[in-house]
Amino acid sequence: MSGIFEYNGGSIVGMKGKNCIAMACDRRFGQQMSTITTNYQKVFKIQDNILLALSGLNTDIHTFYALMEKEINLYNLKENRKMKPTTFANLVASALYERRFGPFFVTPIVAGLENGKPILATYDSIGCKSDLDDFQVGGTGGNYIYGACEAFFKPDMSPEELEEVIGQSLVSGCDRDALSGWGGVVYVLTEQKLTVKILKTKQT
Amino acid sequence: MTDFALTTFSSKGKLLQIEYALNAVAKGDTAIGIKAKNGVVLVVEKKQSSILIEESSVQKIALMTDNIAATYAGLGPDFRVLSQQARKLVKKYDLKYQEEIFVQTLSRELAEDVQIATQRGGIRPFGVSILIAGYDEEGPHLVQLDPSGAYYSWKATAIGKQAKNAKAFLEKRYNADMEIEDAINTALLTLKEGFEGQITPTNIEVGVIRDDHVFRILPPSQVKDYLEELE
Repeated sequence: MSGIFEYNGGSIVGMKGKNCIAMACDRRFGQQMSTITTNYQKVFKIQDNILLALSGLNTDIHTFYALMEKEINLYNLKENRKMKPTTFANLVASALYERRFGPFFVTPIVAGLENGKPILATYDSIGCKSDLDDFQVGGTGGNYIYGACEAFFKPDMSPEELEEVIGQSLVSGCDRDALSGWGGVVYVLTEQKLTVKILKTKQT
Repeated sequence: MTDFALTTFSSKGKLLQIEYALNAVAKGDTAIGIKAKNGVVLVVEKKQSSILIEESSVQKIALMTDNIAATYAGLGPDFRVLSQQARKLVKKYDLKYQEEIFVQTLSRELAEDVQIATQRGGIRPFGVSILIAGYDEEGPHLVQLDPSGAYYSWKATAIGKQAKNAKAFLEKRYNADMEIEDAINTALLTLKEGFEGQITPTNIEVGVIRDDHVFRILPPSQVKDYLEELE
C-alpha cells in the first residue's frame, strides 16, 4: 500500500487562542482517487472541554475514537470525576504506544481548555506527544495548511478571529491538496460554549 | 494449584476466614490515623520482641508515592506484599495518565487485590488491615482497608490491639477544625493511653502529610520533641 496514511485522505488543524481553542477538519472520505462521501466526521467532542481530531486511515480514525470514548466513559464512572485535558492528552499517547508494533494509522490532535488555559497536543502514530506550538496540523494537506497558518496566525486571538484564521488556513490548504476538501468544519471552544461552523471549499 | 476457594460461606452466611483474618489484625500492634483539615497523621506502635533487633531496619509506615503512605495492623509480610502491589498500581496509573493518583482511586484498586484473596482458589485472605493516608487534589484522606476488601474513609480511626479503646478516646477528642499539629498531638496521646510500658521515639513510628502534598516519616529526633510536648 503506497502510503497507508494517504489512502483515505483528509486534513486536520488545531489552534490556540486567548482562553479558547479551535479545531478544523475537511469532510472528504475517499479511497485513493475516488470520493466516497463528503460528510465524514474527523473532529470529536470527547468531553465538554476536550476535542479530539484524527487524520489518517478512516477505519482507524473511527476505532481509535471509539477506544478513547470508552476510556473516558470508564474513567468518569470509576473516578467519579471529569478528565483533565492534560490527562487525556497523556492517555492518547499511552494508548497509541500500546500498539507500538501494530499501530493505529492515525495522527491525532487533542485540544482542550484546562481552567481556562488552552491545551494543544499532537502525536505521531505511535504516541510521540508534542505540545509546544500554538498550532498543529495533520493529514495529507497538513504541509499546505502549515504555510497558511504561519502567514495568518498571531498569538492570543479572540474566538471570532481564531475561527476566521483557522477556517482560512484549512480552506487554503485543502484547496491545494487533491485528497482533502469537499467542505470543512470549524469548531471553536471557549469556557462558555462550543461553536460549529461548516465551510465551503473548492468542490473538487 | 487448587481450583476451589479456601474461603467458603458457613451455613450462617459468614466467611469465617475473613473473621479469622480480622482476629489476626486485632492481635497486631496498634496503628492510629487522624485526618486534620490541612493534613493527615499516622502513628504506629513498633514493639520489638527483643532488644537485639536493629530498630531502624523495621519500617512500619511505607510510602506508596510522594503524597500517599500506609501503615498496618496484623501480619507484617502481608503488608509488605500489598505495599509492593500498591506501588505498582500507582506507577501503572502514572504511566497511563501521567497524573497524581487520587487516594480513593488507589484504595479502590488495592481493595480489588485484597478481595480477590477471599474468592479465588487456593489462597488465603490477607491478614492485615491497612490505613492509607494521603493528600491529593481533593484534600486530605484517611482510608482503612480490611482483609475482606472493604474500605472506609475515616476522620480518625485506630486498628490493632487497642483499636476499641483508642477509637473511644478519639471520639471524645476529635473535632473537625483540627489542624495537623493538634492531630499529631492527639494521635500520640491516643497511642500513649493504651501503650504497654514506656513510649519512646524508637518504639513508635510517626508519619505526617501536610498541604504541600509530601508525606514525611518523622525522624526519632522530631518524634522526641513531640513526645516531650505531651508531658
